[in-house]
Amino acid sequence: MNFDYSDDQKFLKDEARKFLEARSPTSAVRVVLNDADISYDKALWKAVAEQGWLGAAIPEEHGGLGLGHVELCAIAEELGRSLAPIPFASTVYFVAEAIMLAGNDEQKSYLLPKIAAGEIIGCYATSEGPGAVDGGSLNCTVSGGKLNGVKIPVTDGDIADVALVLASEGGRPGLFLVDLNDASVTRETLKSLDPTRSVAKLTFKDAPVKAVGAAGEGWTITEQVFDRAAVLLAFEQVGGAGKCLEMAKEYALERYAFGRVIGSYQAIKHKLADMYVKNEVARSNAYYGAWALNTNAAELPAAAAAARIAGSEAYWFASKENIQTHGGMGFTWEVDCHLYYRRSRQLALVAGGPKVWKERLVSQLERRNAA
Amino acid sequence: MDFNDSPEEAAYREKARKWLEENAAEHKSTSANGRRPNSPEHMALAKQWQAKKAENGYACITWPKEWGGGGGTPIQSVIFGQEEGKVGVNYGYFTIGLGMCVPTVMAFADAETKTRFVGPAMRGEEIWCQLFSEPAGGSDVAASRTRAVKDGDEWVINGQKVWTTGAQYSDYGILLVRTDPDVPKHKGMTMFWIDMHDPAVEVRPIHQASGGSEFNEVYFTDLRVKDSQRLGNVGDGWKVALVTLMNERLAVGGSSGPDYKTIMELARQTDGIKDGAFRDKLADWYVAAEGLKLTRFRTMTALSKGQTPGPESSIGKIIAANQMQEMSNYGVEMEDQYGVLVDPAEAPLQAAFQQSLLWAPGLRIAGGTDEILKNIIAERVLGLPGDVRVDKDVAFKDVPTGR
Repeated sequence: MNFDYSDDQKFLKDEARKFLEARSPTSAVRVVLNDADISYDKALWKAVAEQGWLGAAIPEEHGGLGLGHVELCAIAEELGRSLAPIPFASTVYFVAEAIMLAGNDEQKSYLLPKIAAGEIIGCYATSEGPGAVDGGSLNCTVSGGKLNGVKIPVTDGDIADVALVLASEGGRPGLFLVDLNDASVTRETLKSLDPTRSVAKLTFKDAPVKAVGAAGEGWTITEQVFDRAAVLLAFEQVGGAGKCLEMAKEYALERYAFGRVIGSYQAIKHKLADMYVKNEVARSNAYYGAWALNTNAAELPAAAAAARIAGSEAYWFASKENIQTHGGMGFTWEVDCHLYYRRSRQLALVAGGPKVWKERLVSQLERRNAA
Repeated sequence: MDFNDSPEEAAYREKARKWLEENAAEHKSTSANGRRPNSPEHMALAKQWQAKKAENGYACITWPKEWGGGGGTPIQSVIFGQEEGKVGVNYGYFTIGLGMCVPTVMAFADAETKTRFVGPAMRGEEIWCQLFSEPAGGSDVAASRTRAVKDGDEWVINGQKVWTTGAQYSDYGILLVRTDPDVPKHKGMTMFWIDMHDPAVEVRPIHQASGGSEFNEVYFTDLRVKDSQRLGNVGDGWKVALVTLMNERLAVGGSSGPDYKTIMELARQTDGIKDGAFRDKLADWYVAAEGLKLTRFRTMTALSKGQTPGPESSIGKIIAANQMQEMSNYGVEMEDQYGVLVDPAEAPLQAAFQQSLLWAPGLRIAGGTDEILKNIIAERVLGLPGDVRVDKDVAFKDVPTGR
């Protein structure tokens, strides 16, 4: 039984933590939070590219480090913990994974080395309005190689160079690569629950596109990409939830009320124990997702769904109860608690919310039972 | 990251599997009586099987060979347990004795006593029980009131223990008693081993809220034990008890009762499977159960690397017991009016949900309540301070008591 990070992976993770503690302290995250004109931490993005993290799971032939996905998961956990305000997930978990999964040779050799080097930022656009996306009724359409329609919200849509867009072509969903720097694309930065991760409205007017994957396969590919992203996002959630528990614990050990530290009251101890239980459940499910992702196992859809559900629940619980443990101080802008509360929502929604994933999981269980 | 045995573990598993294949069949219960726990037939089979395991070094895999153990590692013990479970020959009668009581005897008794008891216990000839909990001391084990008074070379014991698993078939027990009520509670206790067949020991089954009687009350009326039956120094009973509790075996088995598959089956029978609220719940149950199973894999990984798993294993029962209760009730409510039926002949799936509904409150309490387990996580894993103790520096006899 070897159900843990290896020693090398632990080393990578430790190094990532030290690096991010130095380069992405919450004081740096707050620069992005407080300035509406700053969408991401450019210096951090450059530094992360120099570390090779963007290409951790990209094969060497395409300019990456050619490590496995477990290594990328280890990095993801630390990115989540540090609240790194960079378009890492959009570019790596969504776009790079989609291109590796469904791109043709030309797309792979053009895009992957640029992603690995930090030369381009990517985004993945599916949502068009309130409610879950299912690939069935899309207002964005492609005809004659031109895309028309509106995607909202698109995470990192205001800063990305390329987008993968889910759009209908001849009544069937397709996935399309779009150059966002083209004059046919209008972008508008929008206000988000989590200002440390930017979102935009993208309007396409006869934007030239190239298909990624086979015609009519756009939703199938998107589901596969979301499975992969879900595992990686789960590690960010595990990292963030772990940090919340640490913060709550540290505060509970130094804050006095009624003559003793609040961490000696069972009301607080049990709250923190509940956080710990949820965090461990999330970590174990995330590890299983990492294994399934790394080995491309048939269990990936169920494992990814379980990882995402557990990760979303753990981070939500830890982030809200961390504020509660901090009392009135926790509700101030200056104390960091709300940064995690906000990020927990951003991560839980970005690849489809828990309701969607629970349904995906149960469908998988039904399929498994029928088999 | 993988789920594979190391080469050494795989070799051990293969060896264990082969041995079980050759030996287990004849010790498996075949008759209806033989399958009923606590029946004489079931007990006889269990004892035979234990003796066979002891002969081959599989009874106490981690114990040193000089005491008849297997001289093996914790991971080997886990592997054997998994394989033994697959062939359906794990009997629970010896777990408490060999996991907790006898290791305490081995740690604190003299050579003569150890020689007398270790072998017979390992071979399943003698069964041990643990006499700690009392009516006034459940979560607070150190509140023991059972009193031992010195009389020459003997101690005279009076009082009562409760929730004693296996007392009805045990031959010996380890007993935590109050020897000095004039000092604070943790300092005035002492541990003894006792003969459960002594006429001064009376075992009474508890009629549990679930309707069954798996646990007992044990009464002591002028029970006389020799001072040589003492385990550890006078007044050191709490320290000895901690050693016993630390020896608690690593639980690696799955929890019993209905699981997510069972409730899916029920949902199909009752047309509940398309209900969105049910599907939402089902996903949560699956994720928690998987989380528990996978956390055990992480514990096994730690064992496999020779590390000691920490108290994080206490998350297991918190999840399993609460999930059992919630899922049972959901199943019962899904059956609607019919859910009130508890007869296996009438109720769906042999009344699986009704039975676990009635058992679940006990599971949330036995072996550490939800609340105590959360305290353990908070204090031993997270490092939060213990609660303020008003009884800490007070003589035990002056500690306020209620009912």
